[in-house]
Amino acid sequence: MGKSSSVWRRADTWFIVGVAAMAGSVLVVAAALVVLLSIQAAPAFQAFGLGFFVSRMWDPVDNEFGALPFLYGTLVTSFLALFMVIFVGIGSAVFLTQYVKGWIASVTGFLIELLAAIPSVVYGLWGIFVVAPWLRSRVEPWLAEHFGFLPLFQGPQLGVGLLAASFILAIMILPTVASLSRDVMAVVPAPLKEGALALGATHWEMIRTIVLPYSWPGVIGALMLGLGRALGETMAVTMVIGNRPDISVSLFAPGHSMASVIANEFTEATSEVHIAALSEIGLVLFLVTALFSLLSRWMVVRLMARAGREE
Amino acid sequence: MGTMPDVGADQTVKIDVENLDLFYGKQQALFGVSMSVPARAVTALIGPSGCGKSTFLRTLNRMNDLIAGVRISGTVRIDGTDIYSPWIDVVDLRKRVGMVFQRPNPFPMSVYDNVAYGPRIHGLRNRRKLDEIVENSLRRAALWDEVKDRLHQPALGLSGGQQQRLCIARLLAVEPEVVLMDEPTSALDPISTLRIEELIADLKETYTIVIVTHNMQQAARVSDYTAFFLNGELVEFNATAELFTKPKDKRTEDYITGRFG
Repeated sequence: MGKSSSVWRRADTWFIVGVAAMAGSVLVVAAALVVLLSIQAAPAFQAFGLGFFVSRMWDPVDNEFGALPFLYGTLVTSFLALFMVIFVGIGSAVFLTQYVKGWIASVTGFLIELLAAIPSVVYGLWGIFVVAPWLRSRVEPWLAEHFGFLPLFQGPQLGVGLLAASFILAIMILPTVASLSRDVMAVVPAPLKEGALALGATHWEMIRTIVLPYSWPGVIGALMLGLGRALGETMAVTMVIGNRPDISVSLFAPGHSMASVIANEFTEATSEVHIAALSEIGLVLFLVTALFSLLSRWMVVRLMARAGREE
Repeated sequence: MGTMPDVGADQTVKIDVENLDLFYGKQQALFGVSMSVPARAVTALIGPSGCGKSTFLRTLNRMNDLIAGVRISGTVRIDGTDIYSPWIDVVDLRKRVGMVFQRPNPFPMSVYDNVAYGPRIHGLRNRRKLDEIVENSLRRAALWDEVKDRLHQPALGLSGGQQQRLCIARLLAVEPEVVLMDEPTSALDPISTLRIEELIADLKETYTIVIVTHNMQQAARVSDYTAFFLNGELVEFNATAELFTKPKDKRTEDYITGRFG
């Protein structure tokens, strides 16, 4: 008895060491990633310093590298996608949790989640063959006609460009936003909803005053996760953004993104400083996504505290 | 006209239920319930778990509408108007017929905003008016003195008993005519229970109160009339003193003497 219990106690210790090591390895991998990327990026940082982030020149032939067009393209397309998806994502979550019950809700929810299972290269193909021509022939002329006074909707209508990339990204992050928002709205306590209705609130008033405020922190979290996904998306964006390192105000114009420039140029980069510049962009991309996920964490915690709930 | 307990001739009927059947899908939960609830009095609904008393209560403000597959037949009239008629505005009905739930369900907002919730959704924006309504409602719910210094703090910081009184204040702020209470003290300690019971005694001067309770002593303490439900049927409905001392039905007698349930 005594012996077996001491054996078990030793096993217990080993178990703790084991799981601690597994948890630790995740941190080590993340740290290693940052360190190795930094080492690889060092030559570019030495050559261009902080000017790397404000220079719009990207010329591999002359070994002149600036990251601004890629930062710009990534941020503009991601935020535009987020903006496009806010209403559709939250609206569909409200509908699926507050208005329909039973099989319609589960089938529709399943179909939305299915969007997440489509490989991004397929989205890219669809973007090239369907979305870009449609934008060029219908949407962009319409926008130019009615909102052409805004610099956003001026210039040649090419189809492929920032607008196309944003549109594809919006569809790609929709399942994330919609299904997470749906999950948080589904758990709004029934007594609160009944309490509002029992006071003579209409269905919409109940949603506006109870469901939305209650699920707001979770919805913000869902949007931020969607944004994170959009920032890092590579394949589909590369296929429709146009891949030109320009900064133009017009959404019709082609652009470039951090992820797509790495995917496009890494195999062809021969000079050391070119590789280093791409590594530095990779590092920045990593930091930007990490920053947004920290920001979303912080926002969720703060909103929860303000709503008087703890997580 | 539903079953009316033996009351004075001056007693008016507020809610008149006739031959009410209710089904959850295929399962029938209420069988031909007929009863007349007197105005400005407390009517208690008692009976063992699953006897249909809460279900019955929730037909009076059409809360059962929210549950899929619920079907009713028969009529429920409030002040002579059929509340299941297609011309009835359910939102308006729920404003007139308020409800207090089993567990306190304050909204996750401040004490003030909880009480002001009803008036606000019904369109009141005037700050001074709102202040007035909030204070009056809290006073009538016997909560004002305890919360007047923390009106803008989260309602969830109040104790369970205070939360339930807040829910009553929130209800009074929309000036209902009928107050339905679904076991309002079942989640509360004895002292909080006592305070709610005192409050009920005050409120019946103004409101018609229907209260579901698990607790027969509570029914005896707070109500003027008591209805005994069993297996979805209304077995007996009478003045509380009569029902508890001289039950007419054998099943009522068995229940109140603790032989089952």
